[in-house]
Amino acid sequence: MEANVVEMPVEQKAVCMSRPSRFAPRLQERAIERLLQLAAFASVAITFGIVGVLAYESVLFFQEVSIADFLTDRQWTPLFADAHYGILPLVSGTLVTTLVALLVAIPMGSLIAIYLSEYASRKVRECVKPALELLSAVPTVVYGYFALLFVTPALQHIWPGLPGFNMLSAGLVIGFMIVPYVSSVSEDAMRAVPTYLREGAFALGATRMQTALRVVFPSALSGITAAYVLGVSRAIGETMVVAIAAGMQPTLTLNPLEPAATMTAYIVQVSLGDVPHGSVGYRTIFATGLMLLSMTLLFNIAGHVLKKRYRQVY
Amino acid sequence: MTPIQRKIARHKSLDRFFAFEGLTVMIVALLVLLALVGQLMFDGLTRLSWQFLTSFPSRFPAQAGIVSAWVGTILVMLVTALAAIPLGVGAAIYLEEYAPNNWATELIEINIANLAGVPSIVYGLMALGLLVYQFHLGQSFLTAGLTLGMLILPMVIIATREAIRSVPPYVREAAYALGATKWQTVRDHVVPYSMGSILTGMILALSRAVGETAPLITVGALSFIAFLPHPPWQEAFPFVSFEWLFDPFTVMPIQMFNWVSRPQEEFHVNAAAAGLILLAMTLAMNAVAIVIRARFRKRIHW
Amino acid sequence: MKTMDASQTVLKAEARALNFFYGQAQALHAVSLPVYDRCVTALIGPSGCGKTTYLRCLNRMHDLYPGNRYEGEVMLYPDRVNIVGPEVDPIEVRMRIGMVFQKPNPFPKSIYENVAYGLRIRNLSNKRDLDAVVERALREAALWGEVKDRLQASAMNLSGGQQQRLCIARALATSPELLLFDEPTSALDPTATSRIEELVAELKQKVAIVMVTHNMQQAARISDYTAFMYEGRVVEYDRTETIFTNPSVKLTEDYITGRFG
Ligand SMILES: Nc1ncnc2c1ncn2[C@@H]1O[C@H](COP(=O)(O)OP(=O)(O)OP(=O)(O)O)[C@@H](O)[C@H]1O
Ligand SMILES: [Mg+2]
Repeated sequence: MEANVVEMPVEQKAVCMSRPSRFAPRLQERAIERLLQLAAFASVAITFGIVGVLAYESVLFFQEVSIADFLTDRQWTPLFADAHYGILPLVSGTLVTTLVALLVAIPMGSLIAIYLSEYASRKVRECVKPALELLSAVPTVVYGYFALLFVTPALQHIWPGLPGFNMLSAGLVIGFMIVPYVSSVSEDAMRAVPTYLREGAFALGATRMQTALRVVFPSALSGITAAYVLGVSRAIGETMVVAIAAGMQPTLTLNPLEPAATMTAYIVQVSLGDVPHGSVGYRTIFATGLMLLSMTLLFNIAGHVLKKRYRQVY
Repeated sequence: MTPIQRKIARHKSLDRFFAFEGLTVMIVALLVLLALVGQLMFDGLTRLSWQFLTSFPSRFPAQAGIVSAWVGTILVMLVTALAAIPLGVGAAIYLEEYAPNNWATELIEINIANLAGVPSIVYGLMALGLLVYQFHLGQSFLTAGLTLGMLILPMVIIATREAIRSVPPYVREAAYALGATKWQTVRDHVVPYSMGSILTGMILALSRAVGETAPLITVGALSFIAFLPHPPWQEAFPFVSFEWLFDPFTVMPIQMFNWVSRPQEEFHVNAAAAGLILLAMTLAMNAVAIVIRARFRKRIHW
Repeated sequence: MKTMDASQTVLKAEARALNFFYGQAQALHAVSLPVYDRCVTALIGPSGCGKTTYLRCLNRMHDLYPGNRYEGEVMLYPDRVNIVGPEVDPIEVRMRIGMVFQKPNPFPKSIYENVAYGLRIRNLSNKRDLDAVVERALREAALWGEVKDRLQASAMNLSGGQQQRLCIARALATSPELLLFDEPTSALDPTATSRIEELVAELKQKVAIVMVTHNMQQAARISDYTAFMYEGRVVEYDRTETIFTNPSVKLTEDYITGRFG
């Protein structure tokens, strides 16, 4: 074949080679890529910042307070003359409000998700979803107001002895606040279940409820778990509602009708006062923050494990 | 009725009951929203006035106002947006268009997913330890804006990535086939075509930041500020001034929190009024986001 | 191979023992294939045989995705550069070689901007020059008459056939030396198809064309050379008349006569 090849003279090279040296643009491309990469690593830097600050201050804290005291002492009175540094009261406050919140958010969120994904028409869905999202768009401080000045008085009609600050109303309101997180993520998971699975159930004469509960819900369990974990994270970390409505008094109690401080509320309380920088009192909030972060992380990891366990391959 | 018919009838009524249940719960959730807004209006609507919008906080509830709070919110949001948007969009572009498939990329991805789940008050603690006491930025607008910027960074990245991902690969290929470089493809095609969703994500992230309270309490917001920050302009060249960045700050939700946590009922009225304005701000931002999304969607559909 | 008259035998590009890998999977096996200037070379073969893969080697499209690997060479003439060589910048290659895709893929911009984009990234920004080139390209793509009054309208509102011609105009605006078509008419109706075919016949006066097609008649109608590919290999390559009237390999004959594929 080489024999009958006639090559064009090199001078006739095409015009689009006229682009000037490729060196400058190359350099620019590389610089831009580096810049973007730097931006991406900024998020890692933030994590290092968070972990670094919490760890640093906590190490200093634990040089003065033993970890055993921190984890087992049943009193948290770091700013008193008779200082006790037992985190348990704050943890119990967080757990109780979180639990109340989940008791609201998980059933409600799941039912709404099932309704929207299995029963509602497209039109209803398209109206209701944004309205529900608004629930999570409301600033949390407004929810705090609502809990203190609407929900608590309303509950006091039922339990006349209910104190003005209590974990119940804070938990309930947090529950409503996180309903949209639970419902929208679960709904996405349920809608991702392929139609043929549903049709299989319908073909066997199942009603929509049976299909939803026995086929769709279990198939979507992986995604639904993720929704619950998201809800738990939100509830644990929620600050303003509890700081406003649940009181600031650290109390070791599991009774939601009582006032008690959560970990987050305690951090707010100290930040509002004027504890000197570098004192033990100042460091308590970092130790508390570390505890809070660890708990969130723990739930996230647990959720991740469950999510993997329930993962279905269609 | 035969037994089987009876069974079917029972299943059907159960089914209806279940549907009813779902509907009820949904309505309850929406009623809560309604009650919340209703309560705020009931308590606070009468307090809304020009005086309220233009007065500084005061010991006397009837004379107090929110001018330092809303000015503060706007300025803090400015810093937040300037910090979070370039970083977040840049990171998203990197991850979607440039990042190689290696452990470093994986690390960034896992990291962003985890950051999105970190409680907001923890960002406040980090900012307190790092920005306030390590970098000595003070308890200032700059610190507040950067804190919220870091807080919404994961949201911005996630929203932008999703937006970028919706640009189909064949559009990128069309640009590359013409000889475009990666950056040209991103700048001229990928980003413009996903601008609608990117903007929507930005506004939603900022609307979240507007309502954030806890991290700003932690870095040391003041709730009693009876003066405005330095103006961002000046007479002499270069006409812009950055002195305000280092002024002490307050924002709307902090002001509201301060009023809620006082025992006097008159202050609760102020809190409700501030809450209404705060709510209006976030809802307006959400509405703008929805409108932008709809408009861009109409313009570009794949 | 039969001898050909000299005007038809200016070599534009030539793959020599080209292997291509998607990660571990080898998609092309020792493909050797010449492409002559001012000719249409058709690539035919059953689905999955590597036609698209080969075409995308010619403008280094595979470099966009990680893990892809070329072996062997593709020489581009007249300057005898191996365009799949690692030292060659793929962007340089794409600047010289245009491509039209299976599905029309205009940018969601104005008609004008679509055609002008290739020039803009070549740093041409003078309005008068741009206008001239846009008009020339649209004329060459036989679209000028239909769109000259609405150059600023969105390209997304054109019909499928018009969009495809716009994509051709977009590729032509930068005066490519070689034009690659990947089943350009498979998403179009018969009328739009025949317009594109006429266009290709026009364009080959000026430029070398490689075209993948699933339509035997189309290959027979408009190509000068045809390569039949099968499982990542070139089974037979010859003048189109020869392939369609007197193929030397049984497999080719079976495929052309519709006995498989
Ligand atoms: N991105 C990819 N990654 C891995 N394998 C691929 C990829 N693209 C194509 N292949 C494989 O390479 C082989 C050749 O594919 P190619 O797309 O070139 O076929 P084709 O001849 O163009 O087919 P068609 O006529 O259907 O377009 C096929 O076996 C295909 O599965
Ligand atoms: Mg193909």
